[in-house]
Amino acid sequence: MEILMSVIIGFLFMAAVYLILSRSLIRVIIGTGLLSHGAHLLILTMGGFSGSAPPVLADGVTDFVDPLPQALILTAIVISFGVTAVFLVMAYRAYQELETDNMTLLKGNDEHD
Amino acid sequence: MINLLLFPVLIPFLTAMILMFFPKRVSAQRTVTVVGMMASVISSAILLYTVMRDGVQAVTLGSWPAPFGITMVSDPLSAGLVLTSNLITLAIVFYSFRSIGEGREKHFYYPAMMFMLTGVNGAFTTGDIFNLFVFFEVLLMASYVLIVLGGEKRQLRESIKYILVNIVSSAFFVTTVAMLYSVTGTLNMADIAAKITEIGQSGILTVIAVMLILVFGLKGAIFPLYFWLPSSYAAPPVPVLALFGALLTKVGVYAIMRTVTLLFPHDPGFTHEMLMILAILTVVAGCIGALAYFDLKQIVIYNIIIAVGVILFGVAQMNMAGLEGAVFYLIHDMFIKAGLFMLIGVIIAITGTSNLREMGGLMKTYPALAWTWLIAAFGLAGIPPLSGFFGKLLIVQGAFEADNLWGGIIILASSLIVLLSVIRIFIHAFWGEPKPVKGTSKQIYRGLFVPAALITALTVFYGVGTEWLRPVMFDAAEILHQPSIYIDAVLKE
Repeated sequence: MEILMSVIIGFLFMAAVYLILSRSLIRVIIGTGLLSHGAHLLILTMGGFSGSAPPVLADGVTDFVDPLPQALILTAIVISFGVTAVFLVMAYRAYQELETDNMTLLKGNDEHD
Repeated sequence: MINLLLFPVLIPFLTAMILMFFPKRVSAQRTVTVVGMMASVISSAILLYTVMRDGVQAVTLGSWPAPFGITMVSDPLSAGLVLTSNLITLAIVFYSFRSIGEGREKHFYYPAMMFMLTGVNGAFTTGDIFNLFVFFEVLLMASYVLIVLGGEKRQLRESIKYILVNIVSSAFFVTTVAMLYSVTGTLNMADIAAKITEIGQSGILTVIAVMLILVFGLKGAIFPLYFWLPSSYAAPPVPVLALFGALLTKVGVYAIMRTVTLLFPHDPGFTHEMLMILAILTVVAGCIGALAYFDLKQIVIYNIIIAVGVILFGVAQMNMAGLEGAVFYLIHDMFIKAGLFMLIGVIIAITGTSNLREMGGLMKTYPALAWTWLIAAFGLAGIPPLSGFFGKLLIVQGAFEADNLWGGIIILASSLIVLLSVIRIFIHAFWGEPKPVKGTSKQIYRGLFVPAALITALTVFYGVGTEWLRPVMFDAAEILHQPSIYIDAVLKE
């Protein structure tokens, strides 16, 4: 299971890097989404897959799943959701103002604005 | 077990929420912001006093026992930094009245500033590595708002890069926290430190330490990760630039200080050596940048990078003198950078340009501004008895004690370049033939100059009053040097 997860995480990171390095702004944003998915899966994997019962106190259950990674992922998902929303809005505004979504044309320098 | 250390985090947070109910009423926004900031400054001053009197303060949220709940810890370093950030933000609030413009004030400028301060104070106070990530996100989210607020073309273009760099570094941060959790099984920084001392710093932990330096280095702008900083910081208006330059990179620097001294002090031959080399390269790269530009903003922005290098060089020495110097220099740099950015804001308001070649002769018309700039410039370069001197002296002493002779000499030489870069501004802007300038009304000039001069005066007191501040810095450095004080304060409630 750990091996499979590692391969999936690695694949997600790979795809994310490929997309972030592309020219189109919308692909960059999708890339950041994939990057955070990879990071979240990594937290889940790093918490370990031991434990069979949900982490709720009940009679006769001793083998709990570690609840902490799940709490961390929940927080991280909310944050990455918010950041992605901000990024999308900002990209749309930038597209309206600058009339391009091509990252190579967004280089700019201090001399001309 | 006191709640006092939560006040500097909660007061700006509540102020921001109140402010969001009436964004269009500018005078009410200003009043509430100033009242909130005053309360925050007072509470953080009381906090520093309490920490100095009673030692390290820790509170675990929800009254869980220490390693399980989220711990907030105030030691002299974090309390001092919290007080510094509050004072600077208060000054920048006053500065914004006359410079940021009503359009931005009506569109959540002050709430964004307060949320950013929440994140900064939280990041300085927290004792939990995942909570540190959350507070980083709070301050980053607010900084995304501040950097793009106004929606000018240049701001939009640069904020896209800024947000992308920070998303990538946040993803790395989450990854690193996950790996750290799998190795140590805890997120409480004191507990992690205790566990690492027990199990020894194995290879994987050194990898994690390097990843943490990478994550915080991206935010704190060390070589070679500072590439995004100069163009991003130059995009927003001057008050935002001052806020970013004084606070944001310093949070990254603080995080590096905390992690390399508390969590990973066991393999200095690798991690600290690497940090030292990076710090020296940061100083050199910053020096080249500071001399290369003829733009006011860029020159001071590259001085941020030099200062980051100097502070981290002090941290990398891992002896009392180096660490105390780093703490001294960190707080000095926050004040002086805020002052310098506010002063160049005044110059830009008068001349209407940030290009040094298009200005000159301001000495005749604005003598007070010229002399304030000169004092701030001398303070930055560390001419005794001004504020930069003592910190740098201790850092260099630490370097010599740790046998890093060349590093110390490079730091000393960099002071000359820093001096040259800011005196160049003095020569071009204040000396020479007066050039036709846009000019500004007396009222705006006073509104901008008074807060800037107050911050500069504060740096002079910081330099002259070194003797009174020494106990705070000494205690802060002692805790960095002996992490067991910090660990005991958190785990043995």
